[in-house]
Amino acid sequence: MKNKLSKNAMNILVPVTSVIIALFIAGIVILLIGKNPLSAYWVMLKGAFGNKAALAANISKMMSLVLTGLAVGFGFRAGIFNIGAEGQLMMGAIFSTIVGLNLGGVSPVFAIPITMLAGILGGAFWASIAGYLKATTGAHEVITTIMLNWIAVYLTNYFVAGPLAVGQGVPKSPEIAQSAQLPPLMTVQATTLPSGIIVSIIAAILVYILLEKTTTGYELKAVGFNPYAAEAGAISLSKNIVLTMAISGALAGLAGSMEVMAIHHRIFGDFSGGKGFDGISIALIGQNNPIGIIFAAFLISSLRTGSNAMQFAKVPDDIVTIIQGIIIFLVAADRIVRTFILKFSSPKGGESK
Amino acid sequence: MEISDNITVMRLGKVTGNVAAKNTNARELANMMVGREVVLRVEKSAKKPGKVAVEVDNLWVKDNRNLDAVRGISFKIRKGEVLGVAGVAGNGQTELVEALTGLRKIEKGKYIYNGEDVTKKTVRELRERNIGHIPEDRYKYAMVKEYPNYYNLILGKHYKEPFAKNGFLNHKVINKNAEILIKRFDVRPPDGTIPTGNLSGGNQQKVVIAREVSFNPEFIVIAQPTRGLDVGAIEYVHKEILNLREKDVAVLLVSMELEEVLSLSDRIIVMYEGEIMGEVKPDEVTIEELGLMMAGHRIEDIKLEEKLAHGGDPIEK
Amino acid sequence: MNVFQAVFYSLSTPIFYKLMLISATPLIFAALGGVFSEVTGVTNIALEGIMKIGAFTAVVFTFYTGNPWLGLLGAIIAGVMLAWLHAYVSIRWSADQIVSATALILIASGLSAFLMEPIFGHSGQTDFVAKIPKVKIPAIQNVPFFGQIFDEMSIFVYLAFIAVALSWFLIYKTPLGLRMRAVGENPKSADTLGVNVFRIRYFGVLMSGVLAAFAGAYLSIGELGQFQENMPSGKGFIALAAMILGNWNPVGAMWAALLFGASDALNIQLQSILDIPPEMKALLNLLPFVITIIVVSGFVGKTRPPAADGVPYEKE
Repeated sequence: MKNKLSKNAMNILVPVTSVIIALFIAGIVILLIGKNPLSAYWVMLKGAFGNKAALAANISKMMSLVLTGLAVGFGFRAGIFNIGAEGQLMMGAIFSTIVGLNLGGVSPVFAIPITMLAGILGGAFWASIAGYLKATTGAHEVITTIMLNWIAVYLTNYFVAGPLAVGQGVPKSPEIAQSAQLPPLMTVQATTLPSGIIVSIIAAILVYILLEKTTTGYELKAVGFNPYAAEAGAISLSKNIVLTMAISGALAGLAGSMEVMAIHHRIFGDFSGGKGFDGISIALIGQNNPIGIIFAAFLISSLRTGSNAMQFAKVPDDIVTIIQGIIIFLVAADRIVRTFILKFSSPKGGESK
Repeated sequence: MEISDNITVMRLGKVTGNVAAKNTNARELANMMVGREVVLRVEKSAKKPGKVAVEVDNLWVKDNRNLDAVRGISFKIRKGEVLGVAGVAGNGQTELVEALTGLRKIEKGKYIYNGEDVTKKTVRELRERNIGHIPEDRYKYAMVKEYPNYYNLILGKHYKEPFAKNGFLNHKVINKNAEILIKRFDVRPPDGTIPTGNLSGGNQQKVVIAREVSFNPEFIVIAQPTRGLDVGAIEYVHKEILNLREKDVAVLLVSMELEEVLSLSDRIIVMYEGEIMGEVKPDEVTIEELGLMMAGHRIEDIKLEEKLAHGGDPIEK
Repeated sequence: MNVFQAVFYSLSTPIFYKLMLISATPLIFAALGGVFSEVTGVTNIALEGIMKIGAFTAVVFTFYTGNPWLGLLGAIIAGVMLAWLHAYVSIRWSADQIVSATALILIASGLSAFLMEPIFGHSGQTDFVAKIPKVKIPAIQNVPFFGQIFDEMSIFVYLAFIAVALSWFLIYKTPLGLRMRAVGENPKSADTLGVNVFRIRYFGVLMSGVLAAFAGAYLSIGELGQFQENMPSGKGFIALAAMILGNWNPVGAMWAALLFGASDALNIQLQSILDIPPEMKALLNLLPFVITIIVVSGFVGKTRPPAADGVPYEKE
């Protein structure tokens, strides 16, 4: 069992290797459509980091990806697969928008936290439905949260086409009150660097504290590792399942809230655009660790931002979805990657257990 | 022993002996492994038990398939008394243990503890009342194998002072607690930060026992405490159980090991298909009688048959 | 017309039953796929992804060959390949089956969207291609009511019910089926009795690839004649719910799929019958999803999965 690589080194090496392998395989896919993967990746790199505006766009994508990554990762720590960050994000956005629309005369000192809280509660409420159903009936959260995602999509469509509809063209809501908007940190050309990124980083720190320093963290990690021992150790499973879901959903809801308050100032159809699903790969790459998740979110936001630029090189941006899929696949089958790393790290070819 | 030619015994990372298999016996090997004479039959003090701590009356419990697993059993345990539960595995012992520790719903009957009806209490409420539990499946129920020793040593009281305050863990106290318990219970290697899952079976059980003993139970449910342990660890566990008895703790001991039940218990009940076949004293029962009870014969019937067979003569022991 | 009148009215029309069968067909195929995989002890929530890649590949093959039957063949090959990936990491490497399947769903949706532009020159949906021809059964044509239901029905619909019967027979009446169930319930004792646990599990998962590919192909070259990027829009997950509701039994899964098909048909019919604003019609789309949640919550625990479902088997 003993090898030269410590557990910590493996925790970093496995995701990093997975990312490299994924980029390699995706390169082959790019080659298949007759494009040069190296120049495609170069365009991607420039698109993500090439100039200040690119970087600002990158970070503004990263803002909510940190939060959806935290949402999914937090669930994983308690043994729950919250695949519903997508829907929770949308519910958070709807709640924030409805509240934000009605805070016209209120000072930002109150309007901003209230609007934020509305999004947090919206996401927490939506996720709690799945948590409650799992705790009371045992319904698997993967199925219920997927269904709740679809329901959130149709609800959003309903709101932007019905009660909140404004203007012509794409169905959308009006802008929320000025006082409920988060001012940008700075503006680079047409791109703003949203102050929401600070909220995301603070959220990551709070999640870290919650997981490592509190009894709640102790309990829900125990439930995640071994629900039987947790129960015998006076930890209520159903309470922790609902709580985990609520907190996970709150983080995703905050992501939706940030999108509304710091970037779009309104909701529209297809509001999430896959940010909730990105959270899954971010959590897995970041090994469900809040600090790791910040870095993983930056990786995915860079891929997403860079892939927009790649489209000009006639490489569809869906390549990012493929890359993410391969990364998640390799993280799921981490034993393959571990064996692979061990083979390369020991000169004698290493041994697989 | 049957397949080896030579046997090397290691203890504490050192070789303590090397013998040819044909020149040795189990007892000698056991000595080498433990490093001292093994007390095969534990001596327990003569001791008058105190007042009744636990009273179970007509208890009914269902198993996972929703069938009756415990069917109307009743018993009492006094302070400082070990009540042994013998029986072939799968005759309702597991469900009984889970019911008494709050892990399984009691369908019918009463469970009285220190005069209070605790039939419907949760695991936490029972733990709050100082009811301890050493589960039969150590790996599954007794510990979070990924957690370091210092976390497993507080599982069950992790939310209470001094380990936690206002929802925050006090890692200083938690570490100190681990340090003390690891020393006192001789857990090896003596390191609080090692995940408990990485320890040997005997040391894992030491961690579990250390925790449960440090919680100062008044009643403790102990199931299969020596399953899969080596001789040294078995002896250790037996001593700890008797220590609990000395400290006036009421003990319910469930074990498949007849020797264990016989040597540690003050009284023994034998379970068969969820019912009690009889209650006996360890020094007044023969292995044969126990075997018959475990096979579903009631003690009254056994005695009656013995009487008939021997024409009222004293039973051969 | 109020809602109740509308419901009763639609239940009395043959078109409702036709829509129900059309909606249920992909669910039946995919749910059978789920049954095959899970009966042997491997969960497969990647049905959604397999359906997607099946639907896409079917169109691509048909587009290049002009023959929809070759399109179906292509779908099966693609579905089996995706299922094989799931089987390989789940069985050989004890991977987390839920996470692996999630990855495959992403890969399927990424690949189909990525390849669309190079192949068809635009994104969103593919060109229209030839469809698997629909069949007419002359004998039933003139029967009132039923004639209208089965008039011009896709052959997939009939195949779905044949697949239910065959699956039931295979799983419950053949030695292979006995082995599958043994491996799903207690792989260890099956192993000691000489059953090759790994091979049986590969068979189960690969069969789920075949069946989910049928489901996907039906959506594209069976009904519509094109692939749209949002296919199969959650049907893979609804099929999983049908499998649970059907107690991991092919026949039960079929009844559950018909129930979901009926809720879908009702949704479609109410949208056209009821005189409501368009945004309210969007709300009616929620119906199948809400019903799925209720069903999954109401029946889980009352139905029982195979004992070793989702537990990797490792030889000692």
